[in-house]
Amino acid sequence: MNIHEYQGKQIMRDFGVSVPNGYVAYTVDEAVEAAEKLGSSVTVVKAQIHAGGRGKAGGVKIAKNLDEVRTYADEILGSTLVTHQTGPEGKEVKRLLIEEGCDIQSEYYVGLVLDRATSRVTMMASEEGGTEIEEVASETPEKIFKEVIDPVTGLTPFQARRLAFNINIPKEAVGKAVKFMLGLYDVFVKKDCSVAEINPLVTTGDGDVLALDTKLNFDDNALFRQKDIMELRDLDEEDPKEVEASKYDLSYIALDGNIGCMVNGAGLAMATMDTIKHYSGDPANFLDVGGGATTEKVTEAFKIILSDDNVKGIFVNIFGGIMKCDVIAEGVVEATKQIGLTLPLVVRLEGTNVEDGKKILDESGLNITSADSMAEGAQKIVELVK
Amino acid sequence: MSVFINKDTKVIVQGITGSTALFHTKQMVEYGTQIVGGVTPGKGGTEVEGIPVFNTVSEAVEKTGANASVIYVPAPFAADAIMEATDAEMDLAICITEHIPVLDMIKVKRYMEGRKTRLVGPNCPGVITPDECKIGIMPGYIHKKGHVGVVSRSGTLTYEAVHQLSEAGIGQSTAVGIGGDPVNGTDFIDVLKAFNEDDDTEAVIMIGEIGGTAEEEAAEWVKANMNKPVVGFIGGRTAPPGKRMGHAGAIISGGKGTADEKIRVMNECGIQVAETPSVMGETLIEVLKNENLFDKCKTH
Repeated sequence: MNIHEYQGKQIMRDFGVSVPNGYVAYTVDEAVEAAEKLGSSVTVVKAQIHAGGRGKAGGVKIAKNLDEVRTYADEILGSTLVTHQTGPEGKEVKRLLIEEGCDIQSEYYVGLVLDRATSRVTMMASEEGGTEIEEVASETPEKIFKEVIDPVTGLTPFQARRLAFNINIPKEAVGKAVKFMLGLYDVFVKKDCSVAEINPLVTTGDGDVLALDTKLNFDDNALFRQKDIMELRDLDEEDPKEVEASKYDLSYIALDGNIGCMVNGAGLAMATMDTIKHYSGDPANFLDVGGGATTEKVTEAFKIILSDDNVKGIFVNIFGGIMKCDVIAEGVVEATKQIGLTLPLVVRLEGTNVEDGKKILDESGLNITSADSMAEGAQKIVELVK
Repeated sequence: MSVFINKDTKVIVQGITGSTALFHTKQMVEYGTQIVGGVTPGKGGTEVEGIPVFNTVSEAVEKTGANASVIYVPAPFAADAIMEATDAEMDLAICITEHIPVLDMIKVKRYMEGRKTRLVGPNCPGVITPDECKIGIMPGYIHKKGHVGVVSRSGTLTYEAVHQLSEAGIGQSTAVGIGGDPVNGTDFIDVLKAFNEDDDTEAVIMIGEIGGTAEEEAAEWVKANMNKPVVGFIGGRTAPPGKRMGHAGAIISGGKGTADEKIRVMNECGIQVAETPSVMGETLIEVLKNENLFDKCKTH
């Protein structure tokens, strides 16, 4: 799960990790009020959307007085930002972060990610702050330093110190940088982050070490124990169909094609998309109904697929293991009846309780095209939506 | 022979009284797996389906002599269940549970270092040695005994591959689902190593998907060490970058973990990769014929 920058900074503040002072604003008046409260000589007006690259897209402005705050807030609020992460349609700005400006000396990068090869959390740091870390990794990999963290001890002060010296943080600021890194790791493990990226981390003329930008992502599987994080979710930033799907614990991702897919298992769901594409069709979505699907869940899955106007046909591909074919079949019949499905529907069932499942479909009297394999099903649905 | 499990494996079910666990316990018993006990804290002393239930794993081991555990415990408690199985010195712990928090799994892996238990999963379908022992949630009837090893990050794609093989008369030695999470116990290389050393395995199908670099590392290992043919498949060729495709580990991020890159490395390392999931079986058969192994592997 993603949250906004201002929310991430509040979490950091709560953990004693240094960030500039700032307030969220939903209106121009709130923005000006926030700037007044800050009383800093320079104020930064920052668009809050769940995407990087805001600065380049005109979503971050430096205001020298309250009038400028008003002008910039007015300009950015309600505008649509197009960055390399938003897609061509861009994202509308509904919230601003009004933050005090600071006297930046140098910019650095600090991030925490899961290192899959070692099954450990790893802190990465670089003196190339402000640039995307992927870019640094491909062009000057020698400028990225890593510390693999033992979960028993957590990030140790010597590791943080080594990183700070390696990225050439001035020695008088090393103590503060170490405190910052230890605090960031604390946030990461206590809040179940999946990514924590500070880009840039800055040293200031006053000798401070601060997070100028903050990106925190969270492990969806841990949200059950992070209720306060769950409350930070901004549904405006997500695809409404994906939001609806998540309510029913369905894993759904919208794509551009016209063949709706309902599959069990992530691997098979991906492979189904690949197969449709192989036969020159275009999948409209990725949808994994999961192992514990009920008739109700399957019905909802159908409704979500059909809420996409581009969908011209549906391919249900099930290989039952933990999921039973009869449950899927009942769901398909129930959903078709409820919705009054008129689009072509191809169903391929195999695995646990397959005979019961096929029987339910056969006896339903519904117009369902059956297929004996994934390839056959994909070919049939591609043909039917032509 | 086979890898990890056989007809002598004695299994306990952690979380046996849950509905999913119970359903699959019945299926495992029907298949012929020796299910010798179950564990649900607080239900010790009772029985389900004629199977004794214990409060703790160590008690279950002491009373039944079990050497493997299958875990169906809900995600918030699953990490603890794996550690309990490890503490009881099980040879094997197979965790079916999905949605375990990553930080929990990091701790589990650390806890397991230097201890004897092998973890398979989490978020996996389990392990099956056809006609001998089935531990997990896979449909038993699609499997046939034979000489091809199957290893996969995806449950349903494993079934797909096994089904294609069985239909074509090619049996399997053992099929291992290693799971779709970014932090898991047994990885591709562990299983490939076991298949390489198993006299009953003549060839291997390795099924991967987008995300991470486990397939690339496994391919390099195959090139350097494997003396049996390996064919592969990678799911998610058409997956958009930056989106998590159901499995926690299936995501292309920062340009890393794409299917094309994995397929390129696998091909370079001598692994023939099936163009679509529907031809995983055919691709293997072609390789078996080229290597003069087809007659040996044709089991029914």
